[in-house]
Amino acid sequence: MAVQSDVIDDAGPYDRAKALGAFKLGDVTFYWITRLSAISVLLILGGIIISLIVGAFPAMKAYGFSFLWTQRWAPSADPPVLGALGPMYGTLVTSFIAMLIAIPVGLGIAIFLTELCPQWLRRPIGMAIELLAGIPSIIYGMWGFFVLGPFLANTFQPLMIRIFDGVPVLGAIFAGPPSYLSTFNAALILAIMVLPFITSISVDVFKTVPPVLKEAAYGVGCTTWEVVRSVVIPYTRVGIIGGVMLALGRALGETMAVTFIIGNSFRISSSIFAPGTTISAAIASEFAESDGLHQSGLILLGLLLFVLTFFVLAAARLMLMRLDKKAGK
Amino acid sequence: MALNPIYSRRRRVDIVIRGLCFAAAAFGVTWLALILVTLLYNGLAGLNLEIFVADTPPPGSTEGGLRNAIVGSIIMTLIGVGIGAPLGLFAGTYLAEYGRNDRLTSVIRFINDILLSAPSIIIGLFIYGAVVVPMRGFSAIAGALALAVIVIPVVLRTTEDMLLLVPNPLREAASALGLPRSLVIKRIAYRAARSGLITGVLLATARVAGETAPLLFTALSNQFFSLGLNKTMANLPVTINNFVQSPYAYWKQLAWSGALLITLTVLALNIGARILGAERTAK
Repeated sequence: MAVQSDVIDDAGPYDRAKALGAFKLGDVTFYWITRLSAISVLLILGGIIISLIVGAFPAMKAYGFSFLWTQRWAPSADPPVLGALGPMYGTLVTSFIAMLIAIPVGLGIAIFLTELCPQWLRRPIGMAIELLAGIPSIIYGMWGFFVLGPFLANTFQPLMIRIFDGVPVLGAIFAGPPSYLSTFNAALILAIMVLPFITSISVDVFKTVPPVLKEAAYGVGCTTWEVVRSVVIPYTRVGIIGGVMLALGRALGETMAVTFIIGNSFRISSSIFAPGTTISAAIASEFAESDGLHQSGLILLGLLLFVLTFFVLAAARLMLMRLDKKAGK
Repeated sequence: MALNPIYSRRRRVDIVIRGLCFAAAAFGVTWLALILVTLLYNGLAGLNLEIFVADTPPPGSTEGGLRNAIVGSIIMTLIGVGIGAPLGLFAGTYLAEYGRNDRLTSVIRFINDILLSAPSIIIGLFIYGAVVVPMRGFSAIAGALALAVIVIPVVLRTTEDMLLLVPNPLREAASALGLPRSLVIKRIAYRAARSGLITGVLLATARVAGETAPLLFTALSNQFFSLGLNKTMANLPVTINNFVQSPYAYWKQLAWSGALLITLTVLALNIGARILGAERTAK
């Protein structure tokens, strides 16, 4: 088969030197286009860091480290009083509750898909879980706002409040009144959103377990659960933790789903049924109408969030990379 | 034969755990079903031709559609993918073809994986500082650039993965025939990985089609029909965001219809990408 090349056609059949020259030029150009595109990824990261630091600089100068432990958020005071404690607390608490729900459920689904599920059901269920990851976060937020929030406030929240009324610590965590907009509602939506990440990574790493190991365990009479607990999970521990960290990174930075239903209150409350706020929700709801020091404070919040997620995601990737090496990739 | 007590206890534990795993799977699928059912139920009620031909209504009005928002979303998504996809494609090509054992490659791959899951609102803040402030105003092009920044890591990742799947003997055979490196990539590797590359672009489009956070303070939104790239532009996600929290019933209805449109588009893109990807592995 002849090589179809415009370059060769243009150069004519006998002009070998010219054709090779054109090849060489095309080669060098293409190499540099791809190389510069690759480097643009680093430039984007650099751009994000620089633009956040530049934007946050006035707030850093005005508040210093007290920004981190001030709870009051009063942008319209003169001068504005801004503290990150409320949003930081909300971000960590919502993500923590979300992971508390999503880790066991996500792993449960992964075990179901790899060990228990009949073959014909595997693809549809796997696909349904993956589609959950594809739904835009604003849809979750809207759904939480219109459907889940009212439902929880009328059923689940009063129940929990009644059960734990008077119990020392839990009574304060599950304190009333029930509310459409609350930290718990936001955490539950987050849990649903990160579920697919935990499941799909767990399924992937469960598949790396050599069948021989599992067969040996079944051979000595282990039940399915014993095989999972003593063979599959120990073998894939690093990968599971990586997947969980990845999901945590998502949960920390998730914006739209949370903004609708958390209630945007900067006061820290011990009850998870009270409104709260997260870093991303605070930015999303206030940034467009902010200016001056207020805006700079919001960018500083963004910088904090970026640093936090950067380290979580970096740790996740390092763990998953270690697993890849083990698998010999 | 009577089972010994230890074994029957182990069996009971096993059955309980199996039941819990089954419940977990049911739990996950139920959410998807619930979300889709409410979306269809509320969204279909308001879905009519007016949605596509009339612009977003002023406060209190009970007439109007989402034409400007739909057109704006399509324009910004197309520009975003148009800028981001080639960059991601070329960058992925470098990682898979030229720099396989490069130190630069492992650094870029690591950073890219982090950008892939970085909070999209941070991307919005970045574009606000890098584009909106210097241009002295919110604009559609700023929104499109924010989307492009989100597209790049997605396309880069899939491109690299797909090109790494192309068997090396194909490249070697092409090189032996005298093809220069760039043509080996363009004529052989790209062609062999084509459906995978398209999958990546589709997935990236699905990802940005519903993105809201990065548009909130880059493209903002616009109540009117506008095609100017240097002005604010209406778009579906931000319009939904504004309408959901409004007191007007008609606006809420429009928000449901818009949400249904976005979800169906995104799910269709996702499923299309998956079918294309499955075709590849089936061969």
